Amino acid sequence: MKHESVETNAGLLIILTLAVISVGGLVEIVPLFYIDDTIEEVDGVRPYTPLEQRGRDIFVREGCYTCHSQMVRPFRDEMLRYGHYSLAAESKYDHPFQWGSKRTGPDLARVGGKYSNEWQVQHLIDPQSLVPESIMPGYPWLATTPLDYSDVAARMRALKRVGVPYSITEEEYEANVEKFGEQHARMFDINNAEEMLIEQAQAENFDGDSSFISEMDAMVAYLQVLGTMVDFSEYDDGHFAEFR
Amino acid sequence: MSTQDNRDKNQVETTGHVWDGDLQEYNNPLPRWWLWGFYATVVFALVYWLIYPAWPIGDSFTKGFATITYEVNGEERTTHWNTRALLARDMQTGEYAVRQREMLEQVASQDYETILADADSMSFVNAYAQGSFGTWCAACHQVGGAGVIGQYPNLRNDHWKWGGTVEQIEHTIREGRLGYMPGYRDTLTGDQMNEVAAYVLSLNDYDVDSDLADAGERIFTGMEGGCFQCHGEDGQGLASQGAPNLTNNIWGLIDVQGADSDSERLRLVANFVRDGIQREMPAFADRLSDDEIKMLTAYVHSLGGGQ
Repeated sequence: MKHESVETNAGLLIILTLAVISVGGLVEIVPLFYIDDTIEEVDGVRPYTPLEQRGRDIFVREGCYTCHSQMVRPFRDEMLRYGHYSLAAESKYDHPFQWGSKRTGPDLARVGGKYSNEWQVQHLIDPQSLVPESIMPGYPWLATTPLDYSDVAARMRALKRVGVPYSITEEEYEANVEKFGEQHARMFDINNAEEMLIEQAQAENFDGDSSFISEMDAMVAYLQVLGTMVDFSEYDDGHFAEFR
Repeated sequence: MSTQDNRDKNQVETTGHVWDGDLQEYNNPLPRWWLWGFYATVVFALVYWLIYPAWPIGDSFTKGFATITYEVNGEERTTHWNTRALLARDMQTGEYAVRQREMLEQVASQDYETILADADSMSFVNAYAQGSFGTWCAACHQVGGAGVIGQYPNLRNDHWKWGGTVEQIEHTIREGRLGYMPGYRDTLTGDQMNEVAAYVLSLNDYDVDSDLADAGERIFTGMEGGCFQCHGEDGQGLASQGAPNLTNNIWGLIDVQGADSDSERLRLVANFVRDGIQREMPAFADRLSDDEIKMLTAYVHSLGGGQ
C-alpha cells in the first residue's frame, strides 16, 4: 500500500491507526485468558451473596472506586499495612473488578472484619465523627434508604451469564453445594435470591436497625466480606509465587 | 526563512508527494542520536526478554534466566524472577526487614517491665506500634488515643474501665471486651433515675439537691438499683466487670463536662441510666501477632495512664 494513499484517505488512516494501537493491548491482555497460572489455585473464594452483591452495586453506584482501590500490591510496606497482597483469584467473581487506580482513601481489599459493623455504619454516615482528619464525604442516606432488592434475581442472572456460578437448575445447585458447602450454595440459588437476601439481612442486621433492610445493610455486608474469603495461614510464602 | 528553503530544496530529497501543485514534504534522515536511541531500546528489549518473564507460549510463558532464592519453612526455594518471590525475599532478607526483625526479637525476649524501662526498645515500640495503632486502633480510639466521648474510650488518661496494668491491657487487646450496663427504664421510675443521677453527680462534687442525692444513694447501694454490684459500694468501679469509677469526674460515655447547666447534666446522666449501654471492643488475637500485641500493649500503657 502506498504511503500516499494512507495519508490522503482519513478513513483508512483511522482504521490503520486503531489496528496499530490495539496491538499493545492485545499482546498484553489476550494471553492472560489462556495462561494456566493467571488465576491462582486457592480455596475459599466464592461468589457474593445476594445482599453482598447489592452492596457491591451500591459501592459502584456511589463511586467509591474513584478514591478507594481494592488491590494490595506485593510490596513489603503494603503487606505490613493492609495484609496479604491481592490475588487474581480473589476477584474472579467480580464483574467489573474494583481494583481501581487511585488511592485518595486507603485500599479496601482487606477491609473486611477490620472494623465492627457499628463502626462502618457510623463512619459511612459521618466519617469525621470517627476520623476527624478524613476528607471522605458522608453517605447518610444509605441508612435511611430502603434497599431495592426486587431485581436482585435478574442481576444474578446477568452475572451468571458472564461466568459467576449462581445456580438455577438442580444440578447447578448440587454443584455449588459440592464446591461451596450447603450454607453458601443456598445463598447462590437465583430462584430464592430475594428470600436469601432478606434472610441474611435479618440474621446479621448489619446496620443495627432491624425494622427494615436498608442500603446500609447491603453496603456493610459487602465491606465486611472484602478480602476475607481466603485463609492465608494455609499457604506458605512461596505458594503464590509459583503462579507468576 | 524563504531563502533558506529555496537553497535547500535542491539538496534534500522530498517524499515525492505534491499537494496544491507545489506543496512538498522533505524526507530528511532521522537525527543520528534518535536513531541510536531507537536501536538501544531494541537491544534493551532483547536483553529484557532473556532475563525476565516475557513471552506467552501456549498455556505458559517464557520464564527468563533471572532467579530469586528465598526460604520456605527453613528450606531454600529458587524460582524464576517475579514480584511475588521478590517480595518473599524482601520480607526475609531485605535490609529494613532484617533490622526490624532484630528489634522484634529483642522486644520479644524482654518482659514488659524491661521493655518499658529500656529506652532502645521503647523507641522501637513507639515507632512500630504507632503504625499498628494507626491501622488497627485509631479508627475508634483516634490517632492520638484520645477516643470519642460517648463512643470510644480515651487511652491517654489514667481512667480504665478494664484495668490499666500491662496484663489487663494485653487481655483487652487479645480477647476484646464486651461492656454492658442494663437500662433501668423498666426497673426504676423517672424520679428514681433522677435521684441516682444526682447521687452520681454528687460523687464528683457537682452541685445537686442533697435530698435527691441521698435518695439516689439508697437506690445505688441498695438492691432496688443494685448499681453497687458493678460500680462498687463507693462508686469506685470494678475492672473485672468493666464498670468505670464514677468518682473521678472523668466521663467517657456521657459528655457531662460539656453540659452547660446543672439540669442538663442531671438529664444526661438520668437518660444514660434509663437507656443503659452496650459497647464492644473486638478481639485482635487472631489478627495480630504476639509481638504486635505486645508492642501495642506497651505503647498503650505508655500513652499516659499505664498502671
